[in-house]
Amino acid sequence: MLETLQIVWFILWALLWAVYFVLDGFDLGLGSLLPCLGKSEEDRRIMYNAAGPFWDGNEVWLISAGGVTFAAFPTVYAVMFSALYAPLLLLLFALIFRAVSFEFRGKVESAAWRGFWDLIHFVSNLVPSILLGVAFANLFMGIPVDAEGVYHGNLLGLLNPYGLAGGVFFLVMFMLHGSLWLAIKSEGDLQLRALATASLLWPIMLVLLLVFLGMTWSYTRLFDNYFAQPALFLLPLVALAGLVGARVMLRAGRLWLAWACSGLYIVGVTFFGVSGMFPGMIISSLDPAATLTAYNASSTELTLSIMLGVALVMVPIVLIYQSWAYHIFRKPVTGEDLKDEHAY
Amino acid sequence: MDDVILLSRLQFAVAVFFHFIFVPLTLGLSLLIALMETWYVKTGNEAWRRHAKFWGKLFVINFTLGVVTGITLEFQFGTNWSRYSEYVGDIFGSLLAIEATVAFFLESTFLAVWHFGWNRVGKKVHLLSIWLVVIAGNLSALWIILANGFMQNPLGYVIQNGRAELDDFFAVLCNPYAWGMYAHTLMAAWMLSGFFVLGVSAWHLLRKSHTDFFRMSFRMAAPITLVLAVALAATGDLQGKTVAQLQPAKLAAMESHWETTTNAPFYMLVLPDVENERNSVEAIGIPGLMSWIAYGDANAEVKGLKDFPKEDRPPVAPVFWGFRAMVGLGVVFLILAAAATLQRKRDMPCSGLMKALVWNIPLPYFSIAFGWLVAEMGRQPWIVYNLMRTSDAVSPVPAGNVLFSLIGFIVVYTLLGVLDIWLLRKYACKGPEEV
Repeated sequence: MLETLQIVWFILWALLWAVYFVLDGFDLGLGSLLPCLGKSEEDRRIMYNAAGPFWDGNEVWLISAGGVTFAAFPTVYAVMFSALYAPLLLLLFALIFRAVSFEFRGKVESAAWRGFWDLIHFVSNLVPSILLGVAFANLFMGIPVDAEGVYHGNLLGLLNPYGLAGGVFFLVMFMLHGSLWLAIKSEGDLQLRALATASLLWPIMLVLLLVFLGMTWSYTRLFDNYFAQPALFLLPLVALAGLVGARVMLRAGRLWLAWACSGLYIVGVTFFGVSGMFPGMIISSLDPAATLTAYNASSTELTLSIMLGVALVMVPIVLIYQSWAYHIFRKPVTGEDLKDEHAY
Repeated sequence: MDDVILLSRLQFAVAVFFHFIFVPLTLGLSLLIALMETWYVKTGNEAWRRHAKFWGKLFVINFTLGVVTGITLEFQFGTNWSRYSEYVGDIFGSLLAIEATVAFFLESTFLAVWHFGWNRVGKKVHLLSIWLVVIAGNLSALWIILANGFMQNPLGYVIQNGRAELDDFFAVLCNPYAWGMYAHTLMAAWMLSGFFVLGVSAWHLLRKSHTDFFRMSFRMAAPITLVLAVALAATGDLQGKTVAQLQPAKLAAMESHWETTTNAPFYMLVLPDVENERNSVEAIGIPGLMSWIAYGDANAEVKGLKDFPKEDRPPVAPVFWGFRAMVGLGVVFLILAAAATLQRKRDMPCSGLMKALVWNIPLPYFSIAFGWLVAEMGRQPWIVYNLMRTSDAVSPVPAGNVLFSLIGFIVVYTLLGVLDIWLLRKYACKGPEEV
């Protein structure tokens, strides 16, 4: 029973991170594209408001992913965030600045003030996109923690070739996702540029995917699980199908479907990596015995069952009302919307 | 290691106190806005709609910083207190996770619907949205205080496999310390919001700007604030009695009470002399009052600090002074709220009172900070009362890292705090949009 719960929670843990990447991914990508696509003040405001009603709710998925790590795998939570101390705090500071840039930018009538916050907005979206990739690539590969949970490395150690590849990979993945979102939420010239950006990013993404898979082969042991359980190869195929689907739907002008396919791609990529780690959650590159797994780092059966009950009830409810909110704000942002006193 | 402990504690204190600048107004102002909008929907009076919009704008400026500073707190248990997280995560972690899934999603999603949805959803759905924001915010406070309650008065666990494991979830949920603290915290947050509305309204009334509008806000907020100030004192008294039962060392530090005595008097003037384990000044005593405050019985025995080993005593000076300051401010709030309520029907309440209300805006923030100082410093030297010491809880990270992040927190938070208060002031002084 305990073992089943541990496996279920491992899957849910991966799912929460995947949903976080899908949802916050598009607004992080959108913000990283601000200097490229936001030519005029109106363009930039449309880009802010395209993420406007969503970014805050999306970020709660990060809080949930963190909270669930704490609740279901407290030892993983403790070691993961103390080992990744510097990058995590960097990520959190960036997210603080991002939130503030949304809120403060439009509050003072001055081009210099807005330009300052545009710069902050760009950097504070770019940095988390890259850091999340760097962090997860390093988790896939394993990090130098000992049996006491003490980390024997530093921030520069995370910026190894594979970690950097993960950073670039995530950034482009989020930018593609974000440009598709902007295409949905804009009209006219800006929409055309968003579409062109998505078309430009797509082949880059495909190349990066192949490079990343190749590097994964040589830098990590993720594929061990795949050869032990060949059925798992479906996961990278799902990712690939999502990526190809995004391209097909983009050509066909079915933007919502293109965005959904891009989301499926992100879910596929996340599950590809995490399934390769299973049952490992913090893989120790120093000593295999120090690796934290779903089995040796979990909460008790009682806590896991209570939390499963909470998750089974609450997560569907959350998904329903968040989808409803997406439905309300589904229309493109227009010049008329920008005149509203509540717009960013 | 000592450096890491000190720096980590400082960092948590900076992060949590800064976060709590934004929390109370989120909890309370949303409630007042929901009431305003309810009256708008019920009576169709457009003025209430303008009220909801004006105060809503201030609410949102305040809310954003509350959210993002809260995220850093959730992760700090892992970054800086990893030994603690491993030891009690089975219980503590689940409370935080439930807070996020039950409350934060609801709050952020429906705040967006409310804020951006004035012209997109129907009146009733819009009203429902703000009420869901109120419920979600106040619900999140419950879960985080249940988590804090476990640190103050651990219940429902067994020590097994080298950690505290959950044994009885119901006991964790029914923690009397947590419920008392929750009531006291909510009253404080709501009252602070009432004073915020009174203070901003008084500022405008003094300048004769938007007088009809702010008279309406003033009239609405004054009696609510008075009721809340009274409820705040009552819940504080109840929580004091709970602390006397569950954390006698904290109570003794709050009162700087050294010798165990029955029929313990309460001194109006006290000057603690921690080094010599006594008070250098004790004057204007009321016999039996301390016993009565703590146990509801003037003859009850109140344990003195000397009965606790030195290594188990909380630091007396901050806890004692924090408590006195909090209670003293509580008295000020009662007087101000009563005066505002008495004068609310006047076209122009007396200008001395209004000036006092403007200057009073920051004071509830200070008193809340003092209250948390008493609660958390009074818990020391334990991170989980009588179960785990704070010094055993810290992460094995280099002191340099913590120093670096602490400086980062101080610089960034100071900048953002100044900017945010400046913006709040700007929009508060600007007043509502013209009809």
